[in-house]
Amino acid sequence: MIWQFDLIILSLVVICAVAAISVKDLLGAAILFGAYSFMMCLLWAVMGAVDVAFTEASVGAGVSTVLFVAAVFRTTRRTTD
Amino acid sequence: MTEWIAFIVTKYNYWAYISLMMIGLFAMIAKKNLIKKIIGMGIFQTAIILFFISIGAKKGATLPILYHGHAHGDAAVRAAAYINPLPHVLMLTAIVVSVATLGVALSLAVKIFQRYDTLEEDQINLTKYPFRRNVPENKEE
Amino acid sequence: MKTAGVIIVFLFGGLLVYGTLDFPDWGDPDAPASRHVSPRYIEKSLEETSVPNMVTAVLADFRGFDTLFETVVIFSAGLSCFFLLRTKRKAPEARFYRHLPTGIVLRIEKGGRLPEGSVEFERIDSIWVPHDLIIRATCRLLIPFIQLFALYVIAHGHHSPGGGFQGGVIFGAAFILYAVTHDLRDGLHRLGEKITIVLCSLGVFIYAGVGALCLFLESNFLDYAALAPVLGVDPVTARSHGILFVEIGVGIAVMAVMFAIYTNLSSVGKQDEGL
Repeated sequence: MIWQFDLIILSLVVICAVAAISVKDLLGAAILFGAYSFMMCLLWAVMGAVDVAFTEASVGAGVSTVLFVAAVFRTTRRTTD
Repeated sequence: MTEWIAFIVTKYNYWAYISLMMIGLFAMIAKKNLIKKIIGMGIFQTAIILFFISIGAKKGATLPILYHGHAHGDAAVRAAAYINPLPHVLMLTAIVVSVATLGVALSLAVKIFQRYDTLEEDQINLTKYPFRRNVPENKEE
Repeated sequence: MKTAGVIIVFLFGGLLVYGTLDFPDWGDPDAPASRHVSPRYIEKSLEETSVPNMVTAVLADFRGFDTLFETVVIFSAGLSCFFLLRTKRKAPEARFYRHLPTGIVLRIEKGGRLPEGSVEFERIDSIWVPHDLIIRATCRLLIPFIQLFALYVIAHGHHSPGGGFQGGVIFGAAFILYAVTHDLRDGLHRLGEKITIVLCSLGVFIYAGVGALCLFLESNFLDYAALAPVLGVDPVTARSHGILFVEIGVGIAVMAVMFAIYTNLSSVGKQDEGL
């Protein structure tokens, strides 16, 4: 395990999480959450949990982003916080 | 002093999971938008998963898949050479369950939007749209 | 509210940091989590189930009960999405048809419709989505390979990362991709609503049925070694085959649930016009 990679990915994960909950556009928040899931998947692949990384790549970054986009499409895109 | 720095550096995975858990909890408490709350819930879930995977990690061990398993013969498998597979199993099912619960949460949010025309929880006006709104107003008993 | 939230969050973080002080170092081989039961799983999984991927062996064999009820949770989540959102289908106010050679759009009011199977007209959604030939053609080419990869992931889960959950999600994602690039109606034409619900229950039924079959063969629930006389192999290989059957059940259930959640969510339960 390479600690430089690990540190970079961990900081990107935290940045993505903060951005996903602070952006004012819900579609953008959904996409940022997908990016967060991909970073998480990379982190787990680095840590040796390949099965979990595979599941996160297909579930967290794939299907749940589509579900978020579908929900935003059926509701509203704007928010105040 | 160097002991403290070493202590902080060797456990950086744990500090990351703590900060992610705090971010998720903050989003669930303080954000007013329902979709933001659901995103916070997702962040909290992945933080817990990160914690479990960090517990299972071992230094100097490899993936929990036997290389050329059947050609391995009768050679004994050493437990120290492989990463602990048990947290992986528990978290793999947790991820798939989390997307199912996400679907239920989003359908509730969509249903709330249909009835109250807003996703902000402080603008949901229970008196404006009472539950029996389909009853005609002139039909009083 | 915000300050109260910040105070609660920092109290919570302080508690977590306090708990972390007692933790073993990162990657410690003698950590409590790696001592109790996991060495047995690592050392015996190949010998007892002939599955090189320990995660699959533990998931479907040693901890089969856990996975069975996780599948039931997913199944009930799909059902609750259906019950929350599904509404009775009303005739839409107007239907829109696009004339394919010229691109002119017809609007027909009051429940009128053109005859089905018309070659020149195609029904489109009321929210205008530009007709894009490139996206449709690319996805038609891509979807069979995605489905083939999903089947490979399910079948090869014994030897490489993968298994029923991942393969089922990829298979469902292929159907979702079809429904996004074409219409939701086209997607439902391929995998209808009734078939989806039947497939959800069929997946759970396969899983529980394999367990019950072991019970009828005078063994414990989900003890696949009892299947050996039926399959005509030795007990260790029978456990490997039992894991495959269970993974197929999980894959079917997960695939159907993902597609059911998507169709109900994107059409708000009307199942006619989607994303």
